[in-house]
This record gives sequence, C-alpha cells and structure tokens, in this order.
Amino acid sequence: MSEHLRFKDHYNEARIFFRRAIIVAALIVALIVVLIARLYTLQVVEYETYVTQSDRNRVQVQPLPPTRGLIYGRRGELLAENRPSYTLSIVKEQVGSLESSLRLLRQLVDISDDELEDFYKRLKRPKRRRRPYEPIPLRYLLGEEEIAKIAVNEYRLKGVVVEAQLVRYYPQQDLFAHNVGYVGRINERELKSLTPEEYALYNGTDSIGKIGLEKQYERLLLGDVGYQQVETNARGRVLRVLERTDPTPGQNLQLFLDAQLQRKAYAALGGRRGAVVAMEIETGGVLAMVSAPSYDPNLFVTGISYKNYRALNESPDLPLFNRAIQGGYPPGSTLKPMLALGGLEAKIIDEHYSVRDPGFYQLEGEERKYRDWKKRGHGHRIALKQAVAQSCDVYYYDLAFRMGIDRMHDFGDKFGLGERTGVDIPSERSGLWPSRKWKRAVRGLPWFPGDSLNMGIGQGFVLTTPLQLASMTATLASKGVHRQPRLVKKVGEQELSDKATKAVEASEKNWSLVMESMEEVVHGQRGTAKSIARKANFRMAGKTGTAQVVGIAQDAEYDSEALAERQRDHALFVGYAPAENPKIAVAVIVENGEKSSLAAKVAREIFDEYLLHGQLDNVEVGR
Amino acid sequence: MVQQDFQRRMPEASRDLRKPMGVWQRIHIDVPLLLGLLALTAFGLIVLYSASGETKYYIQRQTVFISLGYVAMFTAAQFKMSFLQRWSPWFYLGGVGLLALVLIMGSGAKGAQRWLSIGGFRFQPSEVIKLAVPMMVASYLGVRVLPPSFKHIVVSLMIVGLPTVLILEQPDLGTSLLIAASGLIGLFFAGLRWRYILGAALLALMSAWPMWQFVLRDYQKQRILTMFNPEADKLGAGWNIIQSKTAIGSGGVYGKGWMNGTQSQLNFLPESHTDFIIAVLAEEFGLLGVLLLLLIYLFILGRGLLIAARAQSSFNRILAGCITFTFFVYIFVNIGMVTGLLPVVGVPLPLVSHGGTALVTLLTGFGLLMAISTERRKVSI
Repeated sequence: MSEHLRFKDHYNEARIFFRRAIIVAALIVALIVVLIARLYTLQVVEYETYVTQSDRNRVQVQPLPPTRGLIYGRRGELLAENRPSYTLSIVKEQVGSLESSLRLLRQLVDISDDELEDFYKRLKRPKRRRRPYEPIPLRYLLGEEEIAKIAVNEYRLKGVVVEAQLVRYYPQQDLFAHNVGYVGRINERELKSLTPEEYALYNGTDSIGKIGLEKQYERLLLGDVGYQQVETNARGRVLRVLERTDPTPGQNLQLFLDAQLQRKAYAALGGRRGAVVAMEIETGGVLAMVSAPSYDPNLFVTGISYKNYRALNESPDLPLFNRAIQGGYPPGSTLKPMLALGGLEAKIIDEHYSVRDPGFYQLEGEERKYRDWKKRGHGHRIALKQAVAQSCDVYYYDLAFRMGIDRMHDFGDKFGLGERTGVDIPSERSGLWPSRKWKRAVRGLPWFPGDSLNMGIGQGFVLTTPLQLASMTATLASKGVHRQPRLVKKVGEQELSDKATKAVEASEKNWSLVMESMEEVVHGQRGTAKSIARKANFRMAGKTGTAQVVGIAQDAEYDSEALAERQRDHALFVGYAPAENPKIAVAVIVENGEKSSLAAKVAREIFDEYLLHGQLDNVEVGR
Repeated sequence: MVQQDFQRRMPEASRDLRKPMGVWQRIHIDVPLLLGLLALTAFGLIVLYSASGETKYYIQRQTVFISLGYVAMFTAAQFKMSFLQRWSPWFYLGGVGLLALVLIMGSGAKGAQRWLSIGGFRFQPSEVIKLAVPMMVASYLGVRVLPPSFKHIVVSLMIVGLPTVLILEQPDLGTSLLIAASGLIGLFFAGLRWRYILGAALLALMSAWPMWQFVLRDYQKQRILTMFNPEADKLGAGWNIIQSKTAIGSGGVYGKGWMNGTQSQLNFLPESHTDFIIAVLAEEFGLLGVLLLLLIYLFILGRGLLIAARAQSSFNRILAGCITFTFFVYIFVNIGMVTGLLPVVGVPLPLVSHGGTALVTLLTGFGLLMAISTERRKVSI
C-alpha cells in the first residue's frame, strides 16, 4: 500500500489548503457578483416593470359578507331590514398625507371629534389584522349632499372612498326595540369570545346581534361568508374577479309579534311607563310585547354617540330596561284566580265557602290588622265568585293562612312562577316565588304566617315579570296546558313547533268555577273591571290588581313631585278573551297607574284589535 | 496506520509565538468576526421588525434566539480543538441516530417530518448534523495523508451521504443540499484531485435524468419547474416567486423606506419574516441595502477563510473552511431562490431570517471558528 509509505506533510497540506481556499474565495466572490447582477437586473434594469406590477396589479382575497336575515311580523310587516348606507372610508395605503386629507374632508363633510378618534383607534389598533387595501371607516350614514361634495373633490382626495354597505334598519323605530333588539359593531370582547370558525364568519361583517332576537338568533340571521379573489388596480378598484364563492344569506325570521297589535298596545299605555304582553293561547306565540318607554334601536346600529347613550342610560324612566321580561313586579291581586284554584283543589275552600269581611283580617293572638283594599270591607257572606270579582283581600288572607306557604308555593310553581319562561330572547329574569327554603337561605329567617297572608294577595316577597303573568293567564285559560312563550314562528320556511305540557291538573268543576269568577270580574255587576265590558260584543275574563311600589332600580335622583308620582301603586290586569273559547291572554302593568281599571282598558284595546281586526289568517311573508 | 506526525516549522507560527496572549485570545473571541456578526444580527433585527408587520412578538423571540446563539458561540469557542477532533465521531453518530429517530417518530409541519420532541423541548436534529458532518469529515481527513486517496474519498462520501439521504427522506431538500455541500467542500479543501472533481461533475450530469425521474418528490420537481416558469401558476406555486421578485424589483436603488414596503407590509409576500426576508430588505432599503448586507456577509466570509488559512492543523483548516463555505451556501441559495435564480428549497437567510435552531447552529459554528482562530500556537520543533 503506497499510502502507508507517504508521510503527512503539514507544510504541503497547508499549502494545498491555501490554494484551495483562494479558489473558494474566488468562487464566492464570483457567485456574489452573480447575485448582485441579478439584483441589479431586478432593481435597476427591470425596475419600471416591477414598480408597475407592485402598484397596479394585485390579487386579493376579499370576503363577501352575507346579507343578514330579515325579521317579519306575524302579518308580514318588516321589523328588521337591511338598507344601503354610504360610508366614508380611507385606504391607508393610497392616501398621500393622512393629515391633509382629513383636514380637507372635515371641511367638506361633518366629522365629529368622536368619529375622528374612533377612526384613529381603528387605524392604530385594528381589532384584527387588516387585509391589504382594506378601507378604514371614518363616517357612516353619509347624506346625498355629502356624497356629492366628496365626488366633486375626488381628484383631491386620493385614497378616500365612499362605499355602499347594507346596514341594519328597524323601520318600526322604537316599537320593537326590546324584543327584536338591535345589532351593533362587534367589540373586542365579542371577538375574543368567538371560536376560530365563528371568527372567520365575521370577515367582512362588522356588526353582531347585541340584544333581543338579533342576539338570540345571531347564527341563523348572520348567514355564511363568501370569498372572491380579485385583481385590483392601484386605487383598489376591482379589475376582474378570478374566483368566487358566494355568501349564503342569513335566514329570515317570521315572528308571532303583530305590528298592529304592538302599536295599539304601545299607544294604549298613553305614554305611561309599563309593559304589555299578549300571547296566542293556542301556540304560546307572543303577539305583543311592549315595554314603555322604549328607544330607537337604529341609534345603536352604527354606534351610538356618547351623549345619546348617556341620555338613555341615565333617564329615570329606564327606557333601555325591558320591563316585559326583566321587570320584577309584585303581581297583586292578579294572582288570586290561581290561588283560588289551588284552594279548591286542596279542598280548603269550595264554591260556597264564605268569609266575613269587616275590612281587615287578624291572625289569632296578633294585634296587627291586615287591611282590605276596601276600608269598610266587602260585607258578610263573601264566597269565591265575589271574592274574585270584587278582589276581596280578606277572603284571600284567610285562604292563604289556611293553605300555608308550602301548598301555595307548590301550586304556583306549576304555573311557572319564580322561574324563567324560556322565551327566545336573552336576559330574561326569573322573578321570585318565595318558599320557606328561600327565606331561610336568603333572609336567614323562618317563614311567618304573616308572610303567607301577604303572598295571598300577591304582595310581600313575590315578584313576577309581565311575561310570567301572561304565561300564567294563558295556562289558566287553556285549563292547565302550559305552552312556552316564544317569539319566532318560522325560521326561513320552517315552522317551529310549540312546547306544550299539561302543567296543572284540576277538576273540570274547579276550572269552570275559577274561569266563571274571572268572567265576573269584567261582566259582573260588582266586577272590578266592569268598566271595560261596555259595548263589547265578546266576553272577556280577567283579574285586576294593584301593587304597592317596592321600587325597581330607583337609583336616580328625583324631585319631590316626581317622587310622589313614583310612589303610587302599579296598576295591573291579566285576562283572556273570548271567555268561552280563549284565544288570547294578556298581562298589563301600568307603573304608578294607581287604578287597575287603567290597565284593564289597555287589555280591552288589545282584545278589540286582535279579535275584531287582527284575526285574519296569518299572512305569509311575501317577497 | 496513522503515521507519526512530521512537524515542520512554519514562519508565521514562530512569529506569533513571540506575541503575548491578549485578553480576547484568552477568552477565545475573534474580534473582527464578532464585530461582523454583531453588525449582521443587528441589521437583521431591523429588517425583521418591518417584515413581521411591526409586531414585537417576532422581535422578542428573535432577540432571545440571538442571545442564546451568542451564548452557544461563546461556549463553543472555549473547546480545545484536539478534544473536538477526538469527539467528532461520537457527535456525528449521535446526530445520525437522532435523524433516524426523526424518521421513526418525528413530528412535522406542512407535511414534512423534521422535528423531534424530547421532554417538551422541540428541535431539528438536522441542525445538529449541520455541524457534525463537517467535524466528522475534517476529523477523518485531518489525520490522513493529503490529498486524500481513493479509499479515503469513498469513506468521506459515505460520511456525507448517510445523513444527506436521511434528511432527503424527511423530506427536506434544502437542508440535505446544505449538508452535502458542507461535507463535500471538506474534501475539496483537503486537496481532492481535479480528475476526481471533473469525473464527479460528469457523473452528476449523466445522473440528472434518473434523479429527476426516480428520486425527486413531486413537490420538489414542482419547485424546479416553477422556477423556470413562475408565470405558469400565478396563484399557486409561482406566487411566492412573482411576489418576491416584484417586491425586490419595486425597491429600486434606494428602496421604499423602512416599514414602507407595500409588498411586504400588505402581506403579499409570503413567509416575509422567514425565508423571504431578503425581499423585504430589498424592497424597503433598495439595492443599496442589499449591497450593505452582502458587504457584511463578505467581510464575515473573508474573515472565516483567513482563520481557516491560518489554522494550525488540517482538522482545524478543513473544519473552518467547511463552516465558512456552508455559511456562504446559505447566503447564495437563499438569495438565489428569492430572486428567482434557484428553486425554492427552504433555506433561511443566515442570521437574518426568523428561526431559532438555525441561528443557534450558525453561531455555534462561528464559535468553533473562534476556537480555531484563538488557539494557542503549538511550539514547533
């Protein structure tokens, strides 16, 4: 092996290496020259070509926002639609000097400091990473004149665009604000709560349902986003569409809510604070749901100004508060028919059982007098029918005392008191239907007989929402069948089914007794709501009530006169019609209305509207 | 087998001996190289900030990686070369073992198996082998009589070939090319005779067709085809090249200004913070910016070759040469692919692209260069 004989010659190896290193160095220099030549070609020789390419032709993926589903009323009235609206936006990439463009724009159109601040926020801290050439909105809802002014000055306004967008519009203004709700611009917190899949859906959409049905049915109303791949020029104008996936529009909703009925109910409240709920007994569909005062939901769609929001939020009339599902009111005497049924079923009372009413009731061995609303009392032999018709408190003190809290609680439970009805709008409150356990846990006190007496006339701890009262009345009117209240009748073409359960079992005789006594309230000689029976060509049944004010969210400052007004009793009425074949159940609360007949009148107007004019067959949504 | 070394006195060596050791030599830092690297990493961070869309996230990560890299470099510089020479085979075998492990149980991104997780720590064994191959080749050839005989050439080729094939299997064309280059240049530095070189070149030309037909994966072929005709598939495979060329070309001589590159800032440019970062640099700083970068690179490369030429043993020389040349291959392949001269093979721009493992490996390599450059001169006979 010749190599064994070779010696390792370090000097020679270093020499070889040195030569090779020089070759490598030359190679490196040569190749770097090649790279430089290449860069020179691209950046100097073909510079024009690439600048043009970089400026002019760009391929972008643009999201195509879906059209939000429309919301119709029972008879096809539009409750929520999408209207084109013009938005002034700026494309940061194209605008030369942002400052001078903004200065010029402010001379042309009205841009408030708030709007300017919002614009800078969107520019500096985008909620999500901006796509290239994505315009940043500056002013929404441009007027015709403003659009014209911008168009005339277009040559001075590079990078300023006026875009037509579909913006949610509520044509019924304040009429449905509380139940249809509104959409608003999606905020940081909402973005964070979205899953990645949901997040993708909001590409190209910047609004989201905030309250009411708009929130509840957000996913259905939203639809699915589409995409298109487009080639645009330097001004961001689309030259051609390369590829397109169409968006799927959101589903339309048809509601049970009847705009005409709603309008009537709202008007019938006559500007007073209060709530009205009307339900179709056969389906559980909510025909009207009014919470007054209300507000214009359109204010919220493109962002409400701070001033407007403050005015709404700080108003002592609480317009933002949905009384129909969030207001907890003592039900007062409106509970009496239900309690009477409970007493009958428990065999504590019967048709002929009567009490003597001197105007007050006393527990044995107690000094305290539990007063009747009528100072001198209702007389000697008050039996069930008249106890309901005249709303005799003493009769119910007696009944409540003998029935006891546990039986009262369990019976009221069956009518859904103290729990959410499960209606399909968010933020419903459960009210309060007290029990021994509740009082022990929350108040740390045992249940006293006096508590039962108060509960017997719907006062004390009891709190109900108007919707609960309407639902209870519907259950009474359908002899124990409970149907979950719901607003949405149809999603797209699909009719939703009702959730009906036989909630209350009672003998036919007892049902008749209670229902007859409720009819007596309206049509009886001494009925508390007899004033509304005049000129009616159908028969009604109901129960009036007045409730002492316990103060719901009275956190604002009032002057003394207003305070006095707000200390007055709430007026309540629950009822259904026609008495012999109930179709509609109603609950009305007029805050500080004092006289329950005031509430009964509202109910009468609703009965009239529904039974005389509104019972046309449900109209199909036409489009 | 190995003959007793026959030492000959070298003129420079004896001159060096007279100099007292400076502070930098004591802590094994080569000052010019360090300055070059610092300039490069700083410049890289500036470009990265713009390329990553003005977000701090990548900058913070990259700063951590760079710091780790310098620590690794400093540590590597402290090793004695004789120690490294002795341990090279084990290091190499360990690296190859890890590569085999990746193929068996590795996890990958975008359809390739490259990562290995051990105790929650994820790394790419192919990075380890990037240093192990030149060390192994240098240590093998360093003790042979040079120029290498045919047998030594064959063994060296096997040393290089085994990890190359394993990485091709992952599949990672870019890295396997880098590794093959880093090993083969070792043979060249060792004095591989020209007749072998010419023969190999001829063989390579002849095997091109079967390679294309049987070895290359579809996506690799696609990349090569795309390189020759990027216009063919504007939105698919050609997109990257068209966009990067547009970015570079539209930068012109002076560039559009830092953070003003429309191509890169507007997300037209893919992977702008990793493999395609040079396009951001070219768009925003223009030809002048790229020339500055190339100048820094050239300085580092020159210093590396100088260190190699002045090294004391064949092992040191070959290793230093390999490391320096590999660094250049990174630069050339990356810039070549981004400018559309070479196919897109996924090689980062060294010390500028975002990415941890590559940074640490590269700086560790430079640590070895520093160890070589600051080694105490042996007293010659």
